[in-house]
Amino acid sequence: MNRFYPPSGLRESNPTKAEGLLAGLHLDLPLLTGLILLCLYGLFVLYSASGQDAGHIERQLIRLALAFIVMIVVAQIPPAQIRRWSPRLYAISLLLLVVVLVIGHVGKGAQRWLDLGFFRFQPAELAKLAVPMMITWFLAERSLPPSWRRIAIAGVMILAPVLMIAKQPDLGTALLVASAGIFALFLAGLSWRFMAGMIITAVPAGWALWEWGMRDYQRGRVLTFLDPERDPLGSGYHIIQSKIAIGSGGLYGKGWLNGTQSHLEFLPERTTDFIFAVLAEEFGLTGIVLLLALYLFIILRGLYISTQAQDTFNRLLGGSLTLVFFVYLFVNTGMVSGLLPVVGVPLPLVSYGGTSLVTIMAGFGILMSIHTHRKLLPT
Amino acid sequence: MVKAAGRMPSYRARSWSLVGILAIAALALVWRAVDQQIFETDFLQDEGERRHLRAVEVPAHRGMITDRTGEPLAISTPVDSVWANPRILAPDRRALEPLAKALGMKADDLRQTLAKRSNRAFVYLKRRINPETAAAVSKLLEEGKIKGVGLERGYRRYYPGGEVFAHVVGFTDMDDVGQEGAELAYESWLRSTPGKKLVIRDGHARVVRDVESIQAPVEGKNLALSIDRRLQYLAYRELKSAVKQHQAQSGSAVILDVRSGEVLAMVNQPAYNPNGKKGGRPGRFRNRAVTDVFEPGSTMKPFTVAAALESGRYQPASVIDTTPGFLQVGRNRVRDHHNLGVIDVATIIRKSSNVGVSKIALDLTGEQLWDLYSKMGFGETTGVGFPGEVGGQLTPYQSWARIEQATLSFGYGLSVTSLQLARAYAVFASGGVKRPVSLVRVEQPVEGKPIISRATARAMVEMMESVVSREGTAQQAAVAGYRVAGKTGTVKKSISGGYSEDRYLSVFAGLAPVSDPRLVMVVMIDDPQGKKYYGGEVAAPVFAKVMSGALRLLNIAPDDMERYGVRLAAARGSE
Repeated sequence: MNRFYPPSGLRESNPTKAEGLLAGLHLDLPLLTGLILLCLYGLFVLYSASGQDAGHIERQLIRLALAFIVMIVVAQIPPAQIRRWSPRLYAISLLLLVVVLVIGHVGKGAQRWLDLGFFRFQPAELAKLAVPMMITWFLAERSLPPSWRRIAIAGVMILAPVLMIAKQPDLGTALLVASAGIFALFLAGLSWRFMAGMIITAVPAGWALWEWGMRDYQRGRVLTFLDPERDPLGSGYHIIQSKIAIGSGGLYGKGWLNGTQSHLEFLPERTTDFIFAVLAEEFGLTGIVLLLALYLFIILRGLYISTQAQDTFNRLLGGSLTLVFFVYLFVNTGMVSGLLPVVGVPLPLVSYGGTSLVTIMAGFGILMSIHTHRKLLPT
Repeated sequence: MVKAAGRMPSYRARSWSLVGILAIAALALVWRAVDQQIFETDFLQDEGERRHLRAVEVPAHRGMITDRTGEPLAISTPVDSVWANPRILAPDRRALEPLAKALGMKADDLRQTLAKRSNRAFVYLKRRINPETAAAVSKLLEEGKIKGVGLERGYRRYYPGGEVFAHVVGFTDMDDVGQEGAELAYESWLRSTPGKKLVIRDGHARVVRDVESIQAPVEGKNLALSIDRRLQYLAYRELKSAVKQHQAQSGSAVILDVRSGEVLAMVNQPAYNPNGKKGGRPGRFRNRAVTDVFEPGSTMKPFTVAAALESGRYQPASVIDTTPGFLQVGRNRVRDHHNLGVIDVATIIRKSSNVGVSKIALDLTGEQLWDLYSKMGFGETTGVGFPGEVGGQLTPYQSWARIEQATLSFGYGLSVTSLQLARAYAVFASGGVKRPVSLVRVEQPVEGKPIISRATARAMVEMMESVVSREGTAQQAAVAGYRVAGKTGTVKKSISGGYSEDRYLSVFAGLAPVSDPRLVMVVMIDDPQGKKYYGGEVAAPVFAKVMSGALRLLNIAPDDMERYGVRLAAARGSE
């Protein structure tokens, strides 16, 4: 565990100037370093994936800057404040989800966006933060482990936004929001027996979902995932092309800017959801391992911060935010490499696009706030 | 507090069991990557190359056919064909509607076409579309409204000469392979061989970059025909109007250049438009001048007389008694129109006496006749290499009965094509020299082979000049300003069981100018209806009109200025 300590712990009495500055800004150096390295790596890949388009890089840089500012701002807010705002934030996001369902602007064939004129906003993104905050707030109110009744209430709290998001339809985000809530529940001490029961019920529930809850295109995606050759020119096209891209990379890759699958536009969504395939083709297994190492470092640091948290709310929230980040990573790389069905989840901090970037960085802002607002225990 | 203290490890345990799950998931990802990038990398790399490396055809165009002056008669123009992959192109109405509209087809027809070939990956929807249609389709493709459809670049033959040159030039099929005429005869010369190259294609099947040339394309070579397009147009116009005027079944005309043996014009009726070969009369594709044989009738007489002169036993002034206007040969009787009495050989030609020519023929040996006929090229193809050319029929003299020897002498019992007849007349015109005929431009005139004496050839031309005189059978073949020679033929059509009494072929074979013959022309009009059917009335006027124009177009000096001048003066005087 020691290796996840900061090189010079914050508890030490004589911080250097730089550390003092970071501490003053409530930033966590290892986490910040990991995030910056990952974003730089991502920009590097994006430059190639976009066909060496400076415009893409410029816009992504602006988004990253905005996201880092959001993170820094959030890091300044004491966890207690965040805790107080949780129910309100949850209520607002529920309201917006309803609004988006009713008058939602139709974009990409799905009602996901709320057009505020100067700015298009996805309420589902807000829910990614609001749901784990609400669940942790709710569970941390009382002693843990939670009672059956509270688990049931928490379940409803998770299910309401998740169903609305799934109805948009946005399976990927719904999955992320649900997992955020479930992680909070799990960390709060859900009994193993309960989880076993859940798994047992999951099978018929899954069947029911397949039968009634899924749209045709979603079912198609699952079927295509199971057998990509079923529809090689339709949905299977994505998976086949990305498998070829990944496989073509080999151990060291074809080299930066030399990926044929992406540069010849065989690979769809290469700057967004499938950017992992571009990376795999150009940098090979080496590039993948490096990427996963960066992610792993960030995730482990996040988990470390959670374990060091001083109260239940912080601990649960930190843990579930970190784990959601992992789910992000796993679902995206899993779908691109053909382990999971294509559900439309971006590769966090690397894929081109803005909304999820801001949410993710806000989440890391919360983690930093948790870590840097600790009351130093007397030695 | 005890509770809380007890829960701390629980949180840690959960947290680290999660780390375990996380590690397993991360390992699964890494395993997946290793599997694809180490074990399957060769296979997947091949798959990738198969997707973007493609050998494509490099189109090459077929050679151009031109007339002797380089005027294009058959050109390859780029043209697109629309193909579809029925496995991709959805057969639902909404998707097909815009495509059908762009192609000018019915959506239902289009759907049926696709349904019939639903398990194929390639089908032509419409071939050789016009540029507007191609633009409409490519707009649809660019908008991405339709998938599984593409345009294929090819070449289409365009024939600027239309029906006038149709028989000579011929045409190609959908795959640009010659089917008729020069297009077929010179297929290997004109044909292009498409090349092959390896290209990188992107995900939208667009060629991004050429990698290497596998095989260079070979363009087809151009072909210059011997045809003079001005003479061709002229001959076509006059033949067409004559065929129409006399409501004839068909007709042909051929003009040969005496000095080079080149075919300067070759026209037929009925004809067709090679740019849109629909409708029209049956048999219109035949180049009758080389594919159809007929009995030459009286146009054969000069050859019989030439054989007589060559034998040395006859002179143009030799006298023959044709009384009483018929000649009994065994059970058969050869007749003249009326009793011409005692006439010389020249008059036999001028008045076209069957009896006179038969008497001469029967006085010669069969071998002498056959020898001359066959040297003139009867009974064999001209060697012009035209597809479907026939050589006509000339039976060997050993089997001739006397009556056959007699009828052959005035053109019954053998068959010729217009081109063969023209070539034979060119021997007279060239002073007894036979040259190969050619449908392609001859750069270096072939020497030719003397087959009859210069004197005989000259005598024949002079005798035939009298045919076009006031006393001859073909006054209407006369051309102002030029001395013209020729011979008419009014041939009874052979029908089953004998010869028709009221259906004829009108033939005229002639040459000009007499003082230094340059052009030979044969006009054959099959089955003219109405009162006029004599060669001198139906075919000779066509000859005169075309020859008159042709001589002037070719800047051939008039050789009859005197008489022409007198006629002009007389015309002025009468005003």
